[in-house]
Amino acid sequence: MSTLTEAPPPLTPAAPAKKPPRRRGRWTPYWLLLPGLLWLVVFFALPMIYQASTSVQTGSLEQGYKVTWHFATYWNALGDYWPQALRSVLYAAAATVLCLLLGYPLAYLIAFRAGRWRNLIMILVIAPFFTSFLIRTLAWKTILADGGPVVGALNTLHVLDVTDWLGWTAGDRVLATPLAVVCGLTYNFLPFMILPLYTSLERIDGRLHEAAGDLYAKPSTTFRKVTFPLSMPGVVSGTLLTFIPASGDYVNAELLGSTDTRMIGNVIQTQFLRVLDYPTAAALSFILMAAILLMVTFYIRRSGTEDLV
Amino acid sequence: MKTTNDSGGDVRLTGIGKTYGSFTAVHPLDLTVPQGSFFALLGASGCGKTTTLRMIAGLEEPTTGTVHLGDQDVTRLPPYKRPVNTVFQSYALFPHLDIFENVAFGLRRRGIKSVKKQVEDMLELVQLGEQARKKPHQLSGGQQQRVAVARALINHPKVLLLDEPLGALDLKLRRQMQLELKRIQTEVGITFVHVTHDQEEAMTMADTVAVMNAGRVEQLGAPADLYENPRSTFVANFLGTSNLIQAEVDTRSGDDIVLRAGGGKLVLPAARCTAPTAAGGKVLVGVRPEKIALTHADDAGSIPEGRNRITGTIADASFIGVSTQYVVDSAVCPELAVYAQNVERDGRLVPGAEVVLHWSPAHTFGLDADQDIDAGVGSVEEEAA
Amino acid sequence: MPVVTWLKRRLVVIAGLITLGYLLLPNVVVTVFSFNKPKGRFNYEWQQFSTDAWQDPCGVSGLCGSLSISLQIALWATIGATALGSMIAFALVRYRFRARGAVNSMIFLPMAMPEVVMAASLLTLFLNLGARLGFWTILIAHIMFCLSFVVVAVKARVMSMDPRLEEAARDLYAGPLQTFLRVTLPIAAPGIAAGALLAFALSFDDFIITNFNAGSTVTFPMFVWGSAQRGTPVQINVIGTAMFLVAVLLVLTAMVISNRRTKRKA
Repeated sequence: MSTLTEAPPPLTPAAPAKKPPRRRGRWTPYWLLLPGLLWLVVFFALPMIYQASTSVQTGSLEQGYKVTWHFATYWNALGDYWPQALRSVLYAAAATVLCLLLGYPLAYLIAFRAGRWRNLIMILVIAPFFTSFLIRTLAWKTILADGGPVVGALNTLHVLDVTDWLGWTAGDRVLATPLAVVCGLTYNFLPFMILPLYTSLERIDGRLHEAAGDLYAKPSTTFRKVTFPLSMPGVVSGTLLTFIPASGDYVNAELLGSTDTRMIGNVIQTQFLRVLDYPTAAALSFILMAAILLMVTFYIRRSGTEDLV
Repeated sequence: MKTTNDSGGDVRLTGIGKTYGSFTAVHPLDLTVPQGSFFALLGASGCGKTTTLRMIAGLEEPTTGTVHLGDQDVTRLPPYKRPVNTVFQSYALFPHLDIFENVAFGLRRRGIKSVKKQVEDMLELVQLGEQARKKPHQLSGGQQQRVAVARALINHPKVLLLDEPLGALDLKLRRQMQLELKRIQTEVGITFVHVTHDQEEAMTMADTVAVMNAGRVEQLGAPADLYENPRSTFVANFLGTSNLIQAEVDTRSGDDIVLRAGGGKLVLPAARCTAPTAAGGKVLVGVRPEKIALTHADDAGSIPEGRNRITGTIADASFIGVSTQYVVDSAVCPELAVYAQNVERDGRLVPGAEVVLHWSPAHTFGLDADQDIDAGVGSVEEEAA
Repeated sequence: MPVVTWLKRRLVVIAGLITLGYLLLPNVVVTVFSFNKPKGRFNYEWQQFSTDAWQDPCGVSGLCGSLSISLQIALWATIGATALGSMIAFALVRYRFRARGAVNSMIFLPMAMPEVVMAASLLTLFLNLGARLGFWTILIAHIMFCLSFVVVAVKARVMSMDPRLEEAARDLYAGPLQTFLRVTLPIAAPGIAAGALLAFALSFDDFIITNFNAGSTVTFPMFVWGSAQRGTPVQINVIGTAMFLVAVLLVLTAMVISNRRTKRKA
């Protein structure tokens, strides 16, 4: 019953088909992408161009604005507001470092030590999101209130003397000082550090720790040589997700700080919504964007976009 | 050699080929699988066997050539319009549906309303009636495999395609499922096309095996025929083990060819030689390890006349129960493999012993010496790893 | 000495719990102060226990109106961003096409941009177009910044999905539409749900972008912001506490149900 024709040796390549086979759904990806990308182009990319153009316009609200390629706006803005810009970088960097130091143990705890409590702790990390962050930031006003238990304790321990000397706090106040702003920033963006850290820690095979221990590594060495390097993707995206929003934030500086702790975000907000000096606001916003993009590009070189997206 | 009657379930591939950019996955090939047969495509990974299968299923569009099912040209039909079903590698059971709904999926898509009876019967056939309401991840590997078969068979396809269906199972279960699949195939009488890298599996189950290598069919035939008469070094090495000895054509006497290998002479039936046999030409002489008998050099006189013989030294002997496997070094060829049945063991056959290897000329085959002598050796080990 | 060893062993656990405390402390304060009866306009100092605010959560003018606007915007933004984002995610994972890198950057950039920059530039666009600021401009902005997060969540799920499942469906007589509805969508559903939940939370809690593009429309976060200047009613804490509790309860219920289901089936 088996009647089979064997393949003849293919001495010459078979004649090419007359028509290339019709590719099914060649356009499907583009149709899928179109609406979402269009949205991003119109409401994200296009505004950036408008903003770039606004930053080099001159004029006034009454007479309207014209593009005059007035780049001096940039120099003036930088000249006037460099302290706020510098402060933004410093506060955001401090908050990022604090987030990493505070967030790593918790992410590690959830990933390796929490056992059956893992889900509960995860919920507790995420659930505060549902209480508006403004309400939670206002709560810090109560926690750090003058003469409250936290300030009292710091005073008794003479911590405030040190921070006062460093310029982080003023007298026996914590509210309305850089320390309060950094504390608020750290608090607000901590989950954005913990979640990516947890994701990359969770992927690490627990047996690697045993293997390292088996190969004569002390727990601290295991951490330095095995765990930490393997969690680098989480560290990179966590620091980005913390530093970027922190550098542009103005809520913490407004609610917990004073006029001496204003950040670049406060300036942009004031110029745009109160002073109505659109060119200056646009120029500052553009400077912030450029600085962030430079930093992100540097980071992406080391980690690759696909990791972060 | 043409099947004109009742060709409804024949699979006919004509000049079918597939290229991805500059890489040729399948060289244009012709192949006919007659209705009701159990056909195996055998080869190492990357040889083009799965691509060929996917072109029959319609999951891959051929670059050239056509696919016919019986008299119907299905080359341009999408998979959901072909009367062909597939048992996927690692099964691809729908994780969100229970076993019953997995099996009923094809029927429902064709608009059949009352599926209960059919699905229950099919689950009985594969002995899974009890598990109907479980989710796939709650089943063992063997059970999942049977669901995958049931899900495909319930549609009464003209052809059932099996893509490495037993690859994920452990050895014992694999043997069991091989027999099971063979039983089902005999029972339903549907054409099975089975892709595998496991030569034992192909030989156990299929009535016809096509050995594929680098996008081409190397040889096609019944399993025993392929094993006894390999026509290339790849087939000789890929299906079981072969001893291949380099030799030179000396003379021709009647139906036999006499060859020189080292100092000795070997005889080979001309009909079993695929190489040119002009005097002085190079030939690879092949013989399967179980065809060789081993005699201690002291008893060389007792070997009957007319057998091919080679002298050597035992380098290694491993006892594996039913047989003992020897590795023998000889001046003609290093590391010859010999499998001896453990009927009466000669205590003198230990490493270091001088021995004579001898076998009947009828068990000898000849291959073209222009090929890679080790083709197909490594690929078996790779797959096993 | 044993105390030191004990501490050393549990250093990570202790440090982690301290961080957890830091994260939850404000929520504790918010909850406690929802039972406060403050003197004056600000609710920053503890005076005396009272359940007044819990009995009358809408007692402050504009509060529940702003909450309703926020919920509406969050709902529509979630639907919009989830639909558009899921489509992009499917295209990115399931198809090969040109300009893939450009599309990836376009998705990534909004996440790598401080909100204030997006907020200011979007306002520039709306001002130039002469658009009336309000509900619709907020919705447009929210869909824009939620989109990328949905893409990330859905993409992760679709990437872990075996493409052979879709092939199996096509092999079993399901056309492209049937394959999508019967196989692809149900399997991708958890990723889509995660993306939607994230979008809802982001939109509901957004302040900076909304503040720039809201005109005279007041969302819940904007109401809170305004009250931080004018005086914070206790009702704000009530709403915040209720949202927190509802979220925790919902997640816990979902977990218990899925646990039971797996146990019953096993």
